[in-house]
Amino acid sequence: MGKESFLNVNLKVWRQRGPKEKGEFKTYRVEHVSTEMSFFEMMDTLNEQLINKHEEPIVFDHDCREGICGTCSLYINGRPHGIDNAITTCQLHMRKFTNECTITVEPWRSAGFPVIRDLMVDRSAFDKIQQAGGYTSINCGAAQDANAILISKVDADEAMDSASCIGCGACVAACKNGSAMLFVSAKVSQFALLPQGRVEAARRAKAMVAKMDELGFGNCTNTRACEMECPKSVKISNIARLNREFIKAKLAD
Amino acid sequence: MWLASSSIGRKVVMSVTGASLVLFLTFHMLMNLVYVYDVAFPAADGTHYYDKVCEFLGTNWYALLGTAGLGVLVVFHLCYAFWLTVQNRKARGNQRYAVSGKQPVHWAAKNMLVLGIIILCGLFAHLAHFWANMMYAELAGVEGQYAPTAGFDWITFQFSQPLNIAIYVVWFAAIWYHLTHGIWSSMQTLGLNGKQWLDRWICISYVWATIIVLGFAAVVVAALVQGM
Repeated sequence: MGKESFLNVNLKVWRQRGPKEKGEFKTYRVEHVSTEMSFFEMMDTLNEQLINKHEEPIVFDHDCREGICGTCSLYINGRPHGIDNAITTCQLHMRKFTNECTITVEPWRSAGFPVIRDLMVDRSAFDKIQQAGGYTSINCGAAQDANAILISKVDADEAMDSASCIGCGACVAACKNGSAMLFVSAKVSQFALLPQGRVEAARRAKAMVAKMDELGFGNCTNTRACEMECPKSVKISNIARLNREFIKAKLAD
Repeated sequence: MWLASSSIGRKVVMSVTGASLVLFLTFHMLMNLVYVYDVAFPAADGTHYYDKVCEFLGTNWYALLGTAGLGVLVVFHLCYAFWLTVQNRKARGNQRYAVSGKQPVHWAAKNMLVLGIIILCGLFAHLAHFWANMMYAELAGVEGQYAPTAGFDWITFQFSQPLNIAIYVVWFAAIWYHLTHGIWSSMQTLGLNGKQWLDRWICISYVWATIIVLGFAAVVVAALVQGM
């Protein structure tokens, strides 16, 4: 671990009182920020300052703070989850910033993710897509004996990679089309690659894509911005698989 | 109809029409190389193989059918492109990022519509230069500077004009950029892609787009040589 040092940073933060209110950027200064702090700890420090001054603290999503839950968001200096690759905002540390820098913090911008307040957006659209078909409806019973159902290592690894999607919405936030294809494709793939999920693969692909379209997410134009910004490095090969599953299902109708 | 009602269906239409147009461009480029051959190896009797190709196509039913088919492909590709763009802008929402564009996204991938509009403008110029003087002139019985089947003379004449050369250089550049993204993207949309094939398709896109554009550019260079 490097030697701890301290920074002064200027924050340009999006403030919006409610979904229908007009928002604006406000500038704050936070001094003596340890480089060992996480970005959220710096935000907590700022909120303490605001509370002490009897001002409204900044509202932002966070939960596990260890990159697992997918709750955190934030578009920091032009990138979802900040300036580092393959991490969530809660894993971003202040050592990635320089002294006296200005950090612009915005909420996810997409019609599918309306702002609730400040930096918090409504990502329940992802829950609705998941509810449309992101499950197996069969009774799986008790856990199988190991190797009772043979699955190749390649398929098992790919299914696990797809399942690593935490549903944070960075893919939508990064996409110039507001497309949710990377999220939907990861959820379809994690089932389609395994025999238990294969049974309902066609129904699942059709139902989840239909819900995604209904909720107003955009069309994928393969810019690859989503996979560049995905904190879990989910690849667009999943989107090709979703396209394949969907086209096969529609041709079989 | 899922090809119109679903996001993937609409992209499938873009992919199939786009891939068909790439195949046509490849055929067109190979056909045009006959002109380069004529310039490189002129026949002793002064005839041109390229004119024979033009006569073979001319206003025969298969050429007319092919032209109509190409027109339909272009119209579908174009209409769907605008339709998808309108939907995508709506999906993006009205509020834009104050700081954005930090991802190293391929330039062509971000500007496919702009490139497509440039290609469309180039297509109109191309139709005015050749189709109007050849197939249309033959159908309408219009007398031109050269006979409608005198493709060799038409190419030599059109590329003796500096403005036309400038238009075609811009057009070829737009086509090259459009295809470097369009070819692999169409395969991705049709599901014919995967972890191993992604880099291969991108490589194929660059090679294929470069071959097509160099083939067309060779005709312009040959016409300049012929005009000297």
